[in-house]
Amino acid sequence: MGLLAYGDTGWGDELFFATLMTIAVAAAAMFIGFFLAAIFATLKLSKFKVLNLIGSFYTTVFRGVPELLVIYLFFFGGSGAVMYVAKIFGYDGYIEINAFITGAVSIGVISGAYSTEVFRGAIQSINKGQFEASHVLGFKKKIYYYKIIIPQMLRLALPNISNVWQITLKDTSLISVTGLVEIMRMSYIAAGSTRDPLFFYSFAAVLYLFLTFLSMQLFNKLEKHYSKGY
Amino acid sequence: MSMFKKTILTIFASLLLTTNVLADKVKIGTEGAYPPWNAKDESGKLIGFEVELANWLCIYMEHDCTIVEQDWDGMIPALLMRKFDAIMAGMSITAERQKTITFSQGYADEVAQLAVMKGSDLEGMDTPSGINLSLGGSDVKSALATLTGALAGKSVCVQTATIHQNFLDSGDVGKINVRTYKTQDEVNLDLAAGRCDAALAAAVSFTDYAEKSGKPVVLVGPTFSGGAFGSGVGVGIRQASDSAIGTRDAQLLKDFNKAIDTARANGKISELAIKWFGFDASM
Amino acid sequence: MDLMIESLPKLLNATKLTIELTLLSLFFGIFVGVFFAILRTSKNKFFYYIAYYYSYIFRGTPLLVQIFIIYFGLGQVEWIRESFLWIVLKEPYSCAILAFTLNTGAYSSEIFRSAFETINKGVLEAAEGLGLNKLHTFFKIKLPIAIKQSLPAYGNEMILMLKGTSLASTVTLLDLTGVAKYIISTTFRPVEVFIVAGSIYLIMTFIIHNFIKYLEKKFSYQQ
Repeated sequence: MGLLAYGDTGWGDELFFATLMTIAVAAAAMFIGFFLAAIFATLKLSKFKVLNLIGSFYTTVFRGVPELLVIYLFFFGGSGAVMYVAKIFGYDGYIEINAFITGAVSIGVISGAYSTEVFRGAIQSINKGQFEASHVLGFKKKIYYYKIIIPQMLRLALPNISNVWQITLKDTSLISVTGLVEIMRMSYIAAGSTRDPLFFYSFAAVLYLFLTFLSMQLFNKLEKHYSKGY
Repeated sequence: MSMFKKTILTIFASLLLTTNVLADKVKIGTEGAYPPWNAKDESGKLIGFEVELANWLCIYMEHDCTIVEQDWDGMIPALLMRKFDAIMAGMSITAERQKTITFSQGYADEVAQLAVMKGSDLEGMDTPSGINLSLGGSDVKSALATLTGALAGKSVCVQTATIHQNFLDSGDVGKINVRTYKTQDEVNLDLAAGRCDAALAAAVSFTDYAEKSGKPVVLVGPTFSGGAFGSGVGVGIRQASDSAIGTRDAQLLKDFNKAIDTARANGKISELAIKWFGFDASM
Repeated sequence: MDLMIESLPKLLNATKLTIELTLLSLFFGIFVGVFFAILRTSKNKFFYYIAYYYSYIFRGTPLLVQIFIIYFGLGQVEWIRESFLWIVLKEPYSCAILAFTLNTGAYSSEIFRSAFETINKGVLEAAEGLGLNKLHTFFKIKLPIAIKQSLPAYGNEMILMLKGTSLASTVTLLDLTGVAKYIISTTFRPVEVFIVAGSIYLIMTFIIHNFIKYLEKKFSYQQ
């Protein structure tokens, strides 16, 4: 157990910070995913077939292709793409894309594909009557979206969002190729240095289980809160 | 666009763009997992032949340098992505790599060899002590034939994206079960665990492993150089181009070459090589 | 463009391994899944908790951690290397299948469990009333209904397993993802390789999707 000591002799503090990093990347990825999901869910619900296809293309590709492949795409190709875009705008200088961004974006794009389906499903299952009632009552589109539809959508979507969060959290274990020091990478370093892979990978499993447990508690609380009054 | 989305985009954009104001700072990337070329000590500090050599070269170049750690399989992409400006990671100069990046002159020789665990039936192979694949000739051919026979159907472990993997994949030693790993350390672990019949890497990395771990690792067969094994280890630098960065890279290449000349002339490379490898591996 | 054509044969060759890993893991995984699903519905507390924690651990930790523990972790333990377990744990191929099977077994057990539990009580009572014994009830009534109910979710799991096999590349196996990564890292053309390799995965996903649809049709006649 001395291996886990906090401070110079043990790996305890490194693993603690690595865990925080895992949470940070996963949160950033979820956030990026929500941003993308808002766009693509709208596309999928649109009246125009072309927009629907674009939306479906996104969800099909990023839920169907293995995560590692997506991560390689962004890691090996990411900076090239960003610099290409920047060049178009006339910027030819030094662009640094750090490991955190690369990791968060690659997992975020995948997370977004799942979230898109969740948002779409939630909006579609909101009772049509709600839309009609709001219209009849003369609510302006913006108001009824924010005050009526979206809260309901969140309530319906919450259990599924919890699932997407679990997936996103576990997917962060795959971004070690970018060099970001999250749980998996830290365990890898510790295992290599101490030649005790069994201990450190098992401990990594414990850390993930702990995060899973915390997440479940958090989402249970959220679900209770949003179910009030129904 | 809502205020919310605007703020997100600004944060996103600012995280992406970082202008390098201090043009004189040079970042050098190394793996930190390939002793004795480059490694980490217990406190995580980068040490090794190349780490020390890099510091000296920077003194000669009068540049302010920092050494950055990078996983081997992302080494060249990271250079291209400008995570650092030069690679000093035991990377051999090969034609394949020269398609994407350029190299300084070689500063050290890396000789490869097969390693097995003591008691393996691959010990005692009848081959010359060293072969140079660029030279070709009858004894190279017969050595390769002996190897092909001995290794047939066996599993040989290598680090991924290395000259060693390229050699095994080239067919020069026939069809063998090539196993690739992310780091040399993983290769060593599986070799010691009995999962590989043999492993191929720089001879010095095996002797270093045998020393540090106490495991009975034995070098067998000839030492390899030339051909797929490239022409020595050099500093990897981005190819020159017309942009501001490209011109700076071209200058950096010239600076490194000059510094290596200096280090060779005053015996610094030989001194460091003897310190870390036990023999003069300088080029 | 020519890279896409050039890399295709290598990638297709590697696809064989991907398919093998997927099918074998799913096959063994079904048995594991049914086993733990039955344990989960058991009244015996001990059995219930074993199944509960098995499922919790294998679904709550990343597949990468599981495969690393099995391949790298267990591989360094002296007494394992000298035991009969080494026959399985020595080779990355069998280690991968073991890890994948245990993982899909956990997810499958959840799917089967919920299918078992939602079988209409009325159907079971009718079966009892008709004098069918427990075994009979299980095979002729419970199982077919459970299969039909599980199909959509299980189809999803099959696709997840297909994606999961990409992790075999982290333990030296040269599956489709492993070879794709190799080509990307030597040619530095990630977009082209992604398109080719990604398309192969999507085609396989499409095949699985339609296979499940076909099975759903087939099983609905039983009703």
